[in-house]
Amino acid sequence: MQGNFITTRLNAMLGWGRKYSLFHYPFVTACCGMEYMSAACAHFDIDRFGAGWTRFSPRQSDLLLVVGTISQKQAPVLRTVYDQMTEPKWVIAFGACAVSGGIYDNYAVVQGVDQVIPVDIFIPGCPPQPEMVLDGLIKLQDKIQKTKQDWRWKKQRS
Amino acid sequence: MPSRIQSQARPDSLLINMGPSHPAMHGAVRIMLELDGERILNSEIEVGYLHRGFEKTCENRTYFNLLIYTDRLNYVSPLINNVGYVMTVEKLLGLSIPERAQYIRVLMSELSRISDHLTCLAAMAMECGAFTVFLYKMKAREFLWDVIEATTGARMTTSYIRIGGVRADLHADYEAAVQKGLAETRKVLKDVHGLLDKNKIFLNRTRDIGVMTPENAVNYGWTGPALRSTGIAYDVRKAHPYLTYDRLNFEIPTGERGDNFDRYMVRMREMDQSLRIVEQCLAKIPKAKTGLMADGLEPAEAIRAARTQKPDRPVKLSPNLEGSEKAVTKDILADDRRVTIPPKEETYTSIEGLISHFKYFMKGHGIRPPKGEAYLSVEGGNGELGYYIVSDGTDRPYRLHLRAPCLPLLAAIEELIKGRMVADVIPTFGSMNIILGELDR
Repeated sequence: MQGNFITTRLNAMLGWGRKYSLFHYPFVTACCGMEYMSAACAHFDIDRFGAGWTRFSPRQSDLLLVVGTISQKQAPVLRTVYDQMTEPKWVIAFGACAVSGGIYDNYAVVQGVDQVIPVDIFIPGCPPQPEMVLDGLIKLQDKIQKTKQDWRWKKQRS
Repeated sequence: MPSRIQSQARPDSLLINMGPSHPAMHGAVRIMLELDGERILNSEIEVGYLHRGFEKTCENRTYFNLLIYTDRLNYVSPLINNVGYVMTVEKLLGLSIPERAQYIRVLMSELSRISDHLTCLAAMAMECGAFTVFLYKMKAREFLWDVIEATTGARMTTSYIRIGGVRADLHADYEAAVQKGLAETRKVLKDVHGLLDKNKIFLNRTRDIGVMTPENAVNYGWTGPALRSTGIAYDVRKAHPYLTYDRLNFEIPTGERGDNFDRYMVRMREMDQSLRIVEQCLAKIPKAKTGLMADGLEPAEAIRAARTQKPDRPVKLSPNLEGSEKAVTKDILADDRRVTIPPKEETYTSIEGLISHFKYFMKGHGIRPPKGEAYLSVEGGNGELGYYIVSDGTDRPYRLHLRAPCLPLLAAIEELIKGRMVADVIPTFGSMNIILGELDR
């Protein structure tokens, strides 16, 4: 009984910690990168939501932002980057191309990055406005808070 | 299959990959480097990571519908891409457009050019470690995008320039918005000059690095700010004036050495010139009739009224059609029913308007340029942006080719970084403003 009580509170605390310290890796390939830059800079300031720290190394980041079109040639690179990230990790598909291929319904473009990697949040728009990006981020934070947190030393003990 | 660099590498040298996912590679260029310690012996560039099948897709879209794909070529200055494409089609059609629309196009092109240069230099400075400059420049860009958003309805991918003119008139208080954007940009440019021009770190990373001779630049086919940094004053706006550029007063800044710092400086000074052009546009732009309607009929009421007789009051349009009312159409669109969408008031209230609306969008109808071919280039953000369209008389282009200014720039990088340090790749690459959208197409 006591153990259960501690676990749930710890779960909430870990979720709180994780959702407000998202180090993100922007996998910027195309047009959406411009709106990503806008969202990250002073006017919209993604830092207000605890995701201001851009890490350009997959090893140091928790959140993969797939920003822009993923072509068939780029897809293996994206998969490699995702595999290099350490748990816990989340993915946002940013923009219509990453969500579904967008207007590029042809031989060259992957029709949605969820064919390559698992995706947590889809942000539509071509490109999405920075407000939508922030909205997507808040939704991801809710999701992180609500899920059961996983941590290594708990696994080892049980 | 081993690449050229792999098969030719010395056995004692080190091969590393830079990109395709590298913060300084703008997303999707891969540079394979053969290193001796920190020194680059050889390099090989691989492109194609953002190939989206633009040219092939265009063959299956009507002239009207493929406009949205041109937005996403050079996504830092989408409006210039629109202008280039639209003017090529107009050349095929032999169409002339109203003067106000021409000035609006120039105004939008120059605002886009400023934001293009701002973004390029912001990224370049950030990659050299000057994060403050990045934040300042993004701030200035936001003010310019506010103007663009208020007029076109979108921040980036606007599809605002249409065949025959522009989609809508400038918004009501655009002058104040533009003036504010210009003032903020001037402030930021002054700050950036103060932060970077004599900055020892920045100078060490850019001065005499990535030096290009004028002869080589021409041989590679360089255009735009990169060519002008070598001292050749070639600018499409001056060499082959289009729109109203021959009536506007501006200079072409050039560099002397053709190194990274000169490319930075040429871009900075070009922004000053663009600001001048915008101001002149504001002064010279012909006055238009106001199209704002306060007491119009709701569209549903208008349709009901039109069943018996032609309604006497104007129709109120939805807010996203603001600026494209019938009263202003004459000033911003060519008077040619074959190529322009009829005003929405006519579509709602008269059978002729409805028919011409359907004829415009029906498969096999719409814009059908005569058989032939046309090439036209405009001065894009980083060089001569050319469109080549072959028409077979149908409503889709038989072939559409884009002359992307980035490709010759990228081709020269292998030569520019040879023998330099690894760290020199980043400012050299950054100062070129490689935009993958138009390079890989």
